Amino acid sequence: MAEAAKINRLNMTEKEYDGAPSTMCKGCGHDAISASVQRAYWESSIDPRKVVKLSGIGCSSKTPAYFMSQSFGFNAVHGRMSAVATGANLANHTLMPIGVSGDGDTSAIGLGNFCHMMRRNVNITYIIENNGVYGLTKGQFSATADVGSVMKGGKVNDIPAIDLAELAITLGATYIARSFSGDRKQLAPLVQGALAHKGSAILDVISPCVTFNNHEGSTKSLKYVKGHLDPIHDLDFVPPYENIEADYDEGTDHEVKMHDGSRIVLHKLGKDYDPTNKANAIQAIHASIAEGKFLTGLIFYNPNRKSFTDELGLCDMPLADLGQDMLQPPVEALERINSDLMK
Amino acid sequence: MDTPLINDLSICVATENGSGSASSNNILFKAIFKMGIPCSSKNMFPSNIQGLPTWYQIRANADGYLSRKDVIDVMVMFNDATAAKDIYRVRDGGIILYDDSTPLSPTLKRDGVQYIGFPANKLVAKLVPASPLRAKQRNMVYVGALAYLFGIDMSVIKAVLEDTFGKKPAVIESNLVCIDAGYQYCKEQNFKQNIARLEPIPNGNKGKIITEGNTAAAIGAVYGGASVICWYPITPSSSLAESMEYYLPRLRKQVDGKKAYAIVQAEDEIASASMIVGAGWAGARSMTSTSGPGVSLMNESIGLAYYAEIPCVFFIIQRGGPSTGLPTRTQQADISLMYGASHGDTRHILLIPHDMNSCFDFARQSFNYADRFQAPVFVAMDLDLGMNLWSSEPLKLNAEQYDWGKRLSAQDLDEWTKAGKKFRRYFDQDGDGIPYRTVPGNENRLASFFTRGSGHDADAKYSEDEHDYKYILDRLKKKHDTARKFVPKPIIEKERGVKTGIICYGSSYEPVREARDRLKARGLKTNHMLIRALPLTSEVRDFIAEHDTVYLVEQNRDAQMAAIIKDEMPELGAKLTSILVYNGLPVTAGEVVQQIFEAAKTAKTA
Repeated sequence: MAEAAKINRLNMTEKEYDGAPSTMCKGCGHDAISASVQRAYWESSIDPRKVVKLSGIGCSSKTPAYFMSQSFGFNAVHGRMSAVATGANLANHTLMPIGVSGDGDTSAIGLGNFCHMMRRNVNITYIIENNGVYGLTKGQFSATADVGSVMKGGKVNDIPAIDLAELAITLGATYIARSFSGDRKQLAPLVQGALAHKGSAILDVISPCVTFNNHEGSTKSLKYVKGHLDPIHDLDFVPPYENIEADYDEGTDHEVKMHDGSRIVLHKLGKDYDPTNKANAIQAIHASIAEGKFLTGLIFYNPNRKSFTDELGLCDMPLADLGQDMLQPPVEALERINSDLMK
Repeated sequence: MDTPLINDLSICVATENGSGSASSNNILFKAIFKMGIPCSSKNMFPSNIQGLPTWYQIRANADGYLSRKDVIDVMVMFNDATAAKDIYRVRDGGIILYDDSTPLSPTLKRDGVQYIGFPANKLVAKLVPASPLRAKQRNMVYVGALAYLFGIDMSVIKAVLEDTFGKKPAVIESNLVCIDAGYQYCKEQNFKQNIARLEPIPNGNKGKIITEGNTAAAIGAVYGGASVICWYPITPSSSLAESMEYYLPRLRKQVDGKKAYAIVQAEDEIASASMIVGAGWAGARSMTSTSGPGVSLMNESIGLAYYAEIPCVFFIIQRGGPSTGLPTRTQQADISLMYGASHGDTRHILLIPHDMNSCFDFARQSFNYADRFQAPVFVAMDLDLGMNLWSSEPLKLNAEQYDWGKRLSAQDLDEWTKAGKKFRRYFDQDGDGIPYRTVPGNENRLASFFTRGSGHDADAKYSEDEHDYKYILDRLKKKHDTARKFVPKPIIEKERGVKTGIICYGSSYEPVREARDRLKARGLKTNHMLIRALPLTSEVRDFIAEHDTVYLVEQNRDAQMAAIIKDEMPELGAKLTSILVYNGLPVTAGEVVQQIFEAAKTAKTA
């Protein structure tokens, strides 16, 4: 008899977090990310019914259909997911939004809305599946293509890339990480951390496009990315209900305490790195870029900023659940308005 | 000399914007209102903060005609930059008031009008210490001069000041002395005019309110349950969102000791539209307010809301286009833009208010329409309605229940399951084109679905299948046709045997009402239909069919409503004659009358 599948604290198997079958190209980094995301939700025992999945347009934006069918999903228009998610979050802040976007969707057409979402610190886990090209329209450069990177047809990019992690730090996002689609060991706990965080959690995940950007000369090919990863630390996510001490080395490790009581333990790899220091975080990104590398790990964390709905002071009950009795002012109030307007 | 007309007068105040004249004009207007005389005001202001010309036209009319009067009886010439033209805006026999602190330039003299000068600058110099306030207080002097000349009692002015600045006695006093100085000066000079007198009408405006359409609509939206409001500043719509910011905390009770609404100033109109689509999807009553350029930017999200069937409300305060156009002037030139907003085959619901009460009612009801039809709904207003002060009957709240439409709760779904019914998000379950929906947070395991702006089938699955695609498009059309039966019907005033009809909509209603009386006095009886919504209802067809000639009054160049009517009922198109007023100013009855007579003459000779 086959061994019973592992279940989480909601008595759910990981399979119950499945979505529709993927329609990505075989070997696409995006599928690996979906798997890590699914794993993170399952590991953190989050009820899919409490989650809303949002996306814009592009290959990446199709992927929310491929995990957690029990969650409501919304594949909106190109570049507008951050604004659509902001609205959904206002309507019901008790739901956990996850946004999945691509580098075109986020760093080009949707850059303005993306910036303002972070400026507001909207509570969201926002994943950019970053491959440096427009996949769905067959291989044009995106705004995260590196200088010197070569397009499939031989064209060389000579405009500097937008570094989305650095941008996120500058604009006020409060949990900022970078990872690689192929590194589930790093990515899944980073997603778990993002889910535990209340505020804009931005994950810039390098996700090679195996069809249009996997050739010699591309700086986002599988081979190139694997050879240029620059992890800051190894990390473990420790959920709030686990009392066990994680493998923690006093003096060399950092511990990040999350809003819900969970922790991320960062095991130092090279230099000591404090993710709550903004200036250092920006410096570390620049240093890594100068070496032609991708800095990965939890780059920046700010536990001290209120999320947007908290800042607005919204009631505990979702606005979407308020009935006429709560929304409609009494008729006497209208009489008062009328008499004010008679003057 | 003729005897003066009683309570029939138009006053135009020409000033620079930013000079404080808004305050003095407001006092003047409210004083006339307080006397019980039916009155209206039209503010023709520039797209500018300080220094460009602005005109404020007040009309007092005992018969209750409140559209902008065709002629100006009295011009307050307080702007040197426009004075040379302003002197010719006054009718022959009219009056020009001016500041004679310095002598009047001979180039500003014309025949056939009466000049009355008073030294406003010198008077305020004595009363107000040198300060930026002094220039503003200068405008109070003409209020006093007009009060003396036309018979507004100073006690009325004082009462208005108390209403306006109730808790600030020093402000009341400083304004009052300047107004009184103008009054007393004209009295000492024994100035006389004989064109009109304002006389109090006891209980004349009793129970009436003064408000702007944007305010009435904002209050309506609060009563209608708007809970997510996302907007981006743009004239002439900003004051709608700002009024909500004022009224929401005052009117809506807190929940859990916290706010039961979210109002967000977005980074642009693309964002504000996207946000309300997200909020509508997640189940809140969501809205934005904007004008034409904003609609252009919102188009993509509007199409998404239409195709993915998401309720949300767009308050559109039309202004002069195209492009930036005349941002501070009025027009009805975005009717086709709204009706067919976004790419692909789209048709939307428009509610078109024409007065303060319908601004309030339609704002409230727009959320019911959005929820009932799971669609974007437009409340199509214009600057004249939205930003000018209108006297009106008080706002009335009907006891109707909110209509949340076909929104299934977790419990509803349980009952469906027991009854063997299956929830299919985009399936026409009831044959009316309107599907059922669930919103995120519904924990029934059958509730979730994937919303997308790309092709989908009746079960909300991604599909490029030609039959699936056509099914949804055809059902959306059916839904639009269902809406035809539910949107506000036109208001029709007709007499048997009358063969000429006039159709109008929105802010044209008031000038058309007056125009019809004038036409009647000149021997042309007309019936009338006020269109209050799109899609067109069957009454529109009937009305046109019943008449030999139908004039359709619109405030745009291209006869946009006529095009919609002709498209839907081509067999009746030949009966329509368009009366088009699109100079950016509020329509006058005279413009309508003149064009109708011209059109009638052309038709006869043809």
